[in-house]
Amino acid sequence: MIQRLEGLNQNALRELDAIKDTPTLEQWRIRYLGRKSELTGMLRGLADLPLEERKNAGAFANRIKAGLESAFEQKNGALKAESQSQVLRTGEAEAAHGDITLPGRPCPSGRLHPIMETYREICDIFVSLGFQIVESNDVELDYYNFEALNIPAEHPARDSMSTFWVDYENDRGERTMLLRTHTTCVSARVIHTMKPPIRVIAPGHVFRYEATDATHLPMFNQVDGLAVDKGITMADLKGVFYEFARRFYGPERRVRFRCDYFPFVEPGVEVAVECAVCHGGGCRLCGSSGWIEIAGAGMTHPKVLERGGIDPNEYTSFAFGIGVDRIPMLRYGIDDMRLFFGNDLRFLKQF
Amino acid sequence: MKVSYNWLKQYVDVKLPAQEIADRLTMAGLEVKGSQTIGGDWEGIVIGQMIAVDKHHNADRLSLVTIDLGGEKQETVVCGAPNCAAGIKVAFAPVGSTLINPHTNQPEKLKPAKIRGVVSAGMACSEKELGVSENHEGILVLPPDAPIGKPLNEYLGDTIFNFEVTPNRPDCLSIIGLAREIAVLTGTNLHLPDLIYPESDRSITQDATVEILDPDLCPRYCASLITGVKIAESPEWLKKWLLSYGMRPINNIVDITNFVMLEWGQPLHAFDFTKLTGRGIVVRRARREEKITSLDGVERQLARDMLVIADKEQAVAVAGIMGGANSEVSDDTTSILLESASFKPTSVHYTGRILGMPSEACVRFERSLSPELTIPALKRATKLIAELGGGQAAKGIIDVYPGKQERKSVRITTAETKRVLGVEFTVDEVAATLNSLGFECQPNVSTGSVIAKAPYWRSDISIPVDLVEEVARVRSYDRIPTTLLAEPIPKHDPAPITGFKRKMRQALAGYGFQEIASYSMVGMDSLTRLSPQSKKPQPLPVRISNPMTIDQEYLRPTLRGNLLAALSVNRAFLEDGLRLFEAGKVYLPKDADLPDEPDMLCGAIAGRRGERWWQGDGEPVDFFDAKGIVEGLLAQFNTTARFDPANDESLHPARQAAVTIGGKQVGVVGELHPAVAGHFELPGGVYLFELNLPALVLHTGFMMYQPIPKFPATIRDIALVVDVTVPHQKIVDIVRAVSLVIDVSLFDVYAGEQVPAGKKSLAYRLTFQSPNRTLTDEEVNRVQQQILNRLVAEVDASLRG
Ligand SMILES: [Zn+2]
Repeated sequence: MIQRLEGLNQNALRELDAIKDTPTLEQWRIRYLGRKSELTGMLRGLADLPLEERKNAGAFANRIKAGLESAFEQKNGALKAESQSQVLRTGEAEAAHGDITLPGRPCPSGRLHPIMETYREICDIFVSLGFQIVESNDVELDYYNFEALNIPAEHPARDSMSTFWVDYENDRGERTMLLRTHTTCVSARVIHTMKPPIRVIAPGHVFRYEATDATHLPMFNQVDGLAVDKGITMADLKGVFYEFARRFYGPERRVRFRCDYFPFVEPGVEVAVECAVCHGGGCRLCGSSGWIEIAGAGMTHPKVLERGGIDPNEYTSFAFGIGVDRIPMLRYGIDDMRLFFGNDLRFLKQF
Repeated sequence: MKVSYNWLKQYVDVKLPAQEIADRLTMAGLEVKGSQTIGGDWEGIVIGQMIAVDKHHNADRLSLVTIDLGGEKQETVVCGAPNCAAGIKVAFAPVGSTLINPHTNQPEKLKPAKIRGVVSAGMACSEKELGVSENHEGILVLPPDAPIGKPLNEYLGDTIFNFEVTPNRPDCLSIIGLAREIAVLTGTNLHLPDLIYPESDRSITQDATVEILDPDLCPRYCASLITGVKIAESPEWLKKWLLSYGMRPINNIVDITNFVMLEWGQPLHAFDFTKLTGRGIVVRRARREEKITSLDGVERQLARDMLVIADKEQAVAVAGIMGGANSEVSDDTTSILLESASFKPTSVHYTGRILGMPSEACVRFERSLSPELTIPALKRATKLIAELGGGQAAKGIIDVYPGKQERKSVRITTAETKRVLGVEFTVDEVAATLNSLGFECQPNVSTGSVIAKAPYWRSDISIPVDLVEEVARVRSYDRIPTTLLAEPIPKHDPAPITGFKRKMRQALAGYGFQEIASYSMVGMDSLTRLSPQSKKPQPLPVRISNPMTIDQEYLRPTLRGNLLAALSVNRAFLEDGLRLFEAGKVYLPKDADLPDEPDMLCGAIAGRRGERWWQGDGEPVDFFDAKGIVEGLLAQFNTTARFDPANDESLHPARQAAVTIGGKQVGVVGELHPAVAGHFELPGGVYLFELNLPALVLHTGFMMYQPIPKFPATIRDIALVVDVTVPHQKIVDIVRAVSLVIDVSLFDVYAGEQVPAGKKSLAYRLTFQSPNRTLTDEEVNRVQQQILNRLVAEVDASLRG
């Protein structure tokens, strides 16, 4: 028994010494240490031996098993190390006549449109301030675009919002559908349909009947906002815009609130941020004023609330409209708006 | 509106720098959109008088001029201007001052020069060299009273503000209106011109009459009569102010009416009184077929609802728009009937539009000018005509005022200022501010309120919040604190489509797609191109009744046209593969209602699967690339679709599939029809997919976690031989209907020598698994046999080899 074990041990160690790869090593392990190996069989056969012999042979067999196991681990470690250094040697050999500066395998990389991304950035900030995104129709009723916003027929403000009309007349021969000239009509709809408290923003296309040039397109982009609640003040409007500007333009940029006129707000505000190029000193970009207009805003006109069924004596409200297109124009120095809808990849791929 | 700061200073004692004024007005609502400084670069240039003009001994056309600069100082210059003359006052620029070079239009420093042997100490400047106009014919001749030795800057320097007056403030379309604002905002005094003039003994009513037949369009009509007028050139000061505004002086009468319009904001019209038949004015609507010849000699057809100013026979002016040639003031006019009237803004607006004659008068009448403004403007102009035209004003004026309305008072409380602005203004602050703006105020400290009556020129004040704005803007918006909405965030119910659209777009960018954006308006041409036979779409899309161009006449019923156009624009990049998409609205007409505007997603791929690369180019894309993208997109939202044959006419009849979920079609994918590709100048091999996002979103969003299987799966591969016409989907449907099959995936398709003609071989890997036990081989064999039986029965399948 002991002799058999001794012979087994020597054969095993001799064979192990000659092994040069992991699969052969695994075969060796199965042959000498596996569940069906001779050694395991012999260990199992110990039970048949007389007690005294069993004791000696058992101890010897276990010693041999432990020895073989440790030899296996050692060999296994050596083979792994050898294989790793082999990989490194191959790499070095390749590098000798390879060129790691060759271009990598192209991985498709798509991009989103700069206008759509600007929408996203603006909306994300207002959503985090508790505003809900509301989308509505581009084709709108005359009523929501004008009357509901305190712009009756013949109001001079209609002149500055030259309108595309849909080719449709009602029974009385009136044109009632138009392409919305501002997203403020979404706020008008919200006032008519939702109950306060309200905090919404409405991103979307708007349309003006204007000849196309570098700074005018018949279709452009706005985000309108509206908050209605008891106790909302112009100080809140200011706070919301300071916060928006701080996050969007960074904490260093100053914000200016000045009086302006829009028929659907009173008091009215124009919100501007300090010009990033001249920091208020005046340059070509900001038209020498030092300020870049970012939004028209104000406290929603009592008549606008009233018309939508909200009592202006109980509730106050602010509203604002942000021009979207100018933001990427100023940020990236784009001097021609038409590029946004030209869809030339040489332009779009840059964003 | 371009306004000279010097002109404004005639009415208000303000000494602040122009920039400061511009800033304060801008903050208070009267935006200064840029300004032009005149004389900013006139360092060293002074007023001088030519005291001797001698011929240059070496050149006929040059003169040697001695200029007196005051204080015993004299200089000699060489001058080539034809209008050199002893006695005139000129702008003298010494060597070293900066002037505009008339040839290059660039500012240059004046260098010491020897002209034909004579040293010139400087020069007498032309208007162009000074940068005040394009005139370079001769030197600028200053008025005789120009003070010798005074820096030109102090005498002629000015700033021209470019005001953007908002529609609610027609009162600020005037010098006095702007001066009034400046006075309030700077706390300085306003001076209004004197309106008293000597009158003759003969009352105007003895000679002239005014009758208003249509008071709905003319609330007030005032007139004065001046006789013995001599038409002449206007004095320099008057011409100067008109020129500063950009108006050309014509003669004293026309210039005075223009001047007073700019000064007060009230347009005026002067008639040659002797040309008015019946010596009376009738204000009425135009008669049927009535015509009038305007001052430019063009005969204009009037409409029935236009308001005209007529004499006893015919129209002599179109109210608020233009005068008629028949009553025009000419060089031999001696009697003037001066009109100062109030017309309904909408009527003037409409008439001006129809006749296509925008004018300074029209712009003012279109806004609500106060009828009260007619009197001061009329008196001011009458006084000037009497003074400058040498005429005699008749006694009194005619004032027909059928539209008189009481000005209402508005009550404002300090609590209201706090409620709107977030900061409270005291009764004193409110009253003082409103008083300074010309309001009549009754403050009441105990009730914290002010009852205010707006001055006549403020037609924009009607409710308390209008007063809140006045207080806030005059006291500065900077007084308003900054707070963040303190109220709880309202309950929200966001539309799922918004987030869904965003995720879809991001997923496509991840697949290497470039997002495009295009106009909602398209031309019919771009739509017919989507049909192989160039048919118009049915139903016809929503049409715009006033399109800018025929390329933008319709609202797009599909994103395809714009997307294919974008593909075509970029076809130079086809070699590297093109992947474009747009997510946006389409417009589907509805009868007598707003169109449906579903958000669609349309993508197109063409060219190679990847960019060209040095280890081999990608294969051209095919139908299964497009389909795989759609499947991948749906998988991101835990949904799968069926792909069934479809018949979309823009696509290849055999290579297209309807994308169907839950029995509803939500999209389509396929190869672009070769004829359509041709219409867009695209090569073959363009694949398109289109998804209806609102339809699709209904099938997303809900998802329940599935436990990771506890028991092992069994995998079996089978190869089936079926008729080539049997679709893969049919086999999948049969297999998936059997219980214990959790997955079936196709890994090979073969048709050729190894299988009989008309047959194909499909190889599938089937996965069997039970959630509650390990399946035995026998069990799996039984299920597999069950599957085979069904396949034999339903699609006549046989096992291959
Ligand atoms: Zn700037």
